[in-house]
Amino acid sequence: MKGGTELGRVRGLGSAKEGAGHWFTQRLTAFANVILILWLVLSLARLPGLDYDLVSEWMRSPLVAVPLMLIVVNTFWHFKLGLTVVIEDYQHDHTRIVLLGLLNLFTFGMGALALFSILKVALGGTSA
Amino acid sequence: MNRATTRPLSPHLSIWRWGPHMLVSILHRVCGVVLATAGTAMFVWWLAALASGPESYAVFQHWVIQRNNDAIVPGIANGFFTVVAIGLSWAFFQHLANGVRHFVMDLGAGYELKANKTFAVATMVFAVVATVALWAYIWGIK
Repeated sequence: MKGGTELGRVRGLGSAKEGAGHWFTQRLTAFANVILILWLVLSLARLPGLDYDLVSEWMRSPLVAVPLMLIVVNTFWHFKLGLTVVIEDYQHDHTRIVLLGLLNLFTFGMGALALFSILKVALGGTSA
Repeated sequence: MNRATTRPLSPHLSIWRWGPHMLVSILHRVCGVVLATAGTAMFVWWLAALASGPESYAVFQHWVIQRNNDAIVPGIANGFFTVVAIGLSWAFFQHLANGVRHFVMDLGAGYELKANKTFAVATMVFAVVATVALWAYIWGIK
């Protein structure tokens, strides 16, 4: 199977079979992001302050903690899909594998830290 | 394989006259990368600091939000992070507006030259106006 042009070697093999799923998930998460991040930006802007007690109390509400956790899942999923495409577009040698691995660590590491933090604050009870 | 140099080659980036559609296209990618990295870092720092207790949160406040100020205004006063916060909000609005533009184009609409150009410019105008409005609200009203 060696030889021939690059085009000749891939012709007839079909697609990778995952492109449409990637594309569609990107759109689904994008749509949810419009709502979730707008909510976060406006909520933070409307808070009377950002000091410890006020933010902790705010995050204890289920209607705050749950959207925040949805952001961690939805937005992080969205940026993982997006950064994957960026890496695949610009990196063509072994750095691609390294960067995709780092992206995986970054996404799930940050995601776990964020989710745990939200839960700890939300379920922690009153600090006073 | 020899290629006759007189044959036409694929158009390269450098021969196109820049238009708004090209600018918003690369801005979308740049803003997305910035939000994914710097935006995520700020978001998770804030959450982790809050979960770690008042002392950790005080460090976050010291760097990102001005101390001794109950209001968010002019709360985020440390120069560097002021720029970061404003930049992130602009990047979000730009990415948001162009994302909506992509939704429209996914439906197969908005490809006519004039409509496409208008919509591309509109995303940039929206992003700047929304950013100014947000910070005017944060700094002004309270």
